[in-house]
Amino acid sequence: MSVPGFQQDFFQLFGLPASYRLDNALLEQHYHALQEQIHPDKFSHLSEAERRVSMQWSARVNEAYQTLSNPARRARYLLSLHGVDSQEETNTAMPADFLMEQMEWREAIEEARQARDIAELDKLESRLQHELHGLEAQLADKIDIARDYAAAAGSVRKLKFMERLAEEIASAFDAIDT
Amino acid sequence: MALLQISEPGLSAAPHQHRLAVGIDLGTTNSLVATVRNGISVVLNDENGRALLPSVVRYLADASVQVGEAAQALQSEDPANTIVSVKRFMGRGLSDLGSGSGLPYRFVDAPGMVQLRTVAGIKSPVEVSAEILKVLRIRAENALGGSLVGAVITVPAYFDDAQRQATKDAAKLAGLNVLRLLNEPTAAAIAYGLDNAAEGVYAVYDLGGGTFDISILKLSRGVFEVLATNGNSALGGDDFDHRIYCWLLEKNNLSALGAPDTRLLLTRARAAKEELTEHAETRMTANLRSGEAIDTVLTQQDFHAMSQNLVEHTLQPMRRALRDAGLRVEDIKGVVMVGGATRMPQVQRAVAEFFGQVPLTNLDPDKVVALGAAIQANVLAGNRGGDDWLLLDVIPLSLGIETMGGLTEKIIPRNSTIPTARAQEFTTFKDGQTAMSVHVVQGERELVSDCRSLAKFELRGIPPMVAGAARIRITFQVDADGLLNVTARELGSGVETAVTVKPSYGLSDAEITRMLQDSSQHAQDDMQARALREQQVEARQLLEAVQNALAQDGAALLDQAGQARIRGSMDGLRAVLQTDDHHAIKRAITQLNDATVAFAQARMDKSVSRALGGRKLTDLEM
Repeated sequence: MSVPGFQQDFFQLFGLPASYRLDNALLEQHYHALQEQIHPDKFSHLSEAERRVSMQWSARVNEAYQTLSNPARRARYLLSLHGVDSQEETNTAMPADFLMEQMEWREAIEEARQARDIAELDKLESRLQHELHGLEAQLADKIDIARDYAAAAGSVRKLKFMERLAEEIASAFDAIDT
Repeated sequence: MALLQISEPGLSAAPHQHRLAVGIDLGTTNSLVATVRNGISVVLNDENGRALLPSVVRYLADASVQVGEAAQALQSEDPANTIVSVKRFMGRGLSDLGSGSGLPYRFVDAPGMVQLRTVAGIKSPVEVSAEILKVLRIRAENALGGSLVGAVITVPAYFDDAQRQATKDAAKLAGLNVLRLLNEPTAAAIAYGLDNAAEGVYAVYDLGGGTFDISILKLSRGVFEVLATNGNSALGGDDFDHRIYCWLLEKNNLSALGAPDTRLLLTRARAAKEELTEHAETRMTANLRSGEAIDTVLTQQDFHAMSQNLVEHTLQPMRRALRDAGLRVEDIKGVVMVGGATRMPQVQRAVAEFFGQVPLTNLDPDKVVALGAAIQANVLAGNRGGDDWLLLDVIPLSLGIETMGGLTEKIIPRNSTIPTARAQEFTTFKDGQTAMSVHVVQGERELVSDCRSLAKFELRGIPPMVAGAARIRITFQVDADGLLNVTARELGSGVETAVTVKPSYGLSDAEITRMLQDSSQHAQDDMQARALREQQVEARQLLEAVQNALAQDGAALLDQAGQARIRGSMDGLRAVLQTDDHHAIKRAITQLNDATVAFAQARMDKSVSRALGGRKLTDLEM
């Protein structure tokens, strides 16, 4: 890509500091401001060349927004900017107590699914949200304050497990619904 | 008769001439066309003052075609050649049509999309839809007094890639320049939101003749952002008719009716459904071919009971959309009802109960989609008003490819904001493998066999390596119409294969050309004339666009040589524009487009900088 802006990272793109803690309202405001300038709807009556560039830019800004607005993806992306791979697919050596907790989670979700217990699933979901917020706070400390990216990578791997649990809860809701 | 306009002395009559653009709601049951006139979106009526064109097409033996009321009136007499609800067949194979066996058509199983055998030959659903669109295009051109710059065509939000592509092909076949495919609930939200200056999170519940959509949108300061969408592209008012029809058969101990009787009773069933919106009971009478007379009373209560599970089928997508948006029912500020089928009291009651609030019905549910589409068409054609807004829509279903063991690997998840692009790397399975077949699918299920197959293509010429050593990058790009384009590239050797996801389901440009030539209204001369006219319109628009761009940014962003190069290409295009050689015009258009790529990128960079308060991107580094 020869467009200069395309070499910028997602934080620069939105004019925001590259930190884990993020002003979500400001991110959204800048996202909208950018799309208002570059979205294909603004170029549909212009030349083919401008329409194509607009689509590429708009797609990139969408991707950037999806990345920064999602806590796990934002962490992963920040680590990659610091040259650290979060190794979510390759490094599966998790602490034993964490793995034990995971098993308990899975059993609880499976039981609720079998029992078609929506209230229980709701409860599990809010508990998971609570845990996710805790992990995010830890990540913010490790990345923004301690700048301990290796430790942060460990937290991102945990986050990945938690995301899978969230997916399982969603699919349990779906299964009960069908 | 139209009055001639005379401008004030010294002012040009039309600094930016108003470009004629329309919004078209291509519905299962009815279709409409609307436009923005004097700043207000209005539906264009036919010469008899009717807004709704029944989406019914009848083929006659002499190759002529009837569309709308005339065709609808003869659907019982000539059921096999009178196609109703063709939208249900768009982008669908015979095996998709489950209940299609009860329909009075002679289906032909064709690769990708089912076709229909009529007295005028085999017709694809794309061709049938094009007949409807053609009538609306001509209606609009007559009403507006000129040819159209383009049209926004609406599609159900839950339409997949094959259905969207089929719709776009139909529009092209009808001689329409498609400015955008717009999701129906989103179109409704534009009409509603602008009308009511709405802010907050809204749900749009759209139950049409054959499709159901639910979209959750956030409206804030001129931004319409779709947070999630869900639905069922095979559920609509038709299914309620069918319930009544089945009940009628049972009640009268009828079985195995011929096509004319089936059509007749379905028509009665629909009338009964509509009656029951206002009345506690209705009476259905019909004389069958056998001589048997039907005279049956249906109560609202019985109708609600027999259709209850259809209504319930709409609740699950609503729950899923809310969950995907990360919202709860309490977060929804208002619920907009769209589609004729939302007039049914049991539907309104179920939606009110689900959201805990009375849904909004202050806009005509039959017209609101076309009105919104016209507003968007007006903006896309470049007729900007002072009030501008931004529309951020999503794809409804995940896109992915088949991996080992028939499993789906999702590349773009559902509810991703479009346009979007995502790449993922894959590798070879065997030593020395030199080719890889790529199977593109759409859907949420894990097994490929449970998803919709969109396209299959092969990447050949991979240099032989040990298994797992090759790096093949597959890039998915979804444009603002929600249409997918896939490229695959072996990173070491640079071997590349690109497909627009058309082959399995869509029509190739050659096929569209053939269909245009086949249709009796388009003799060879017409084709030439039309191609020339289209290229001329495109050339003039391009020249105007480039001229404006140069005036705005030419001096600031280009050196003398750069400006001269673009002006040279413009002169080249102007020169061939005087001729009637549409091939030459097309070449000159391509040349001018190519000459402006770097300029376009520089302009975009400037726009990006302006978005963040005039700072240059390079100054933003922390």
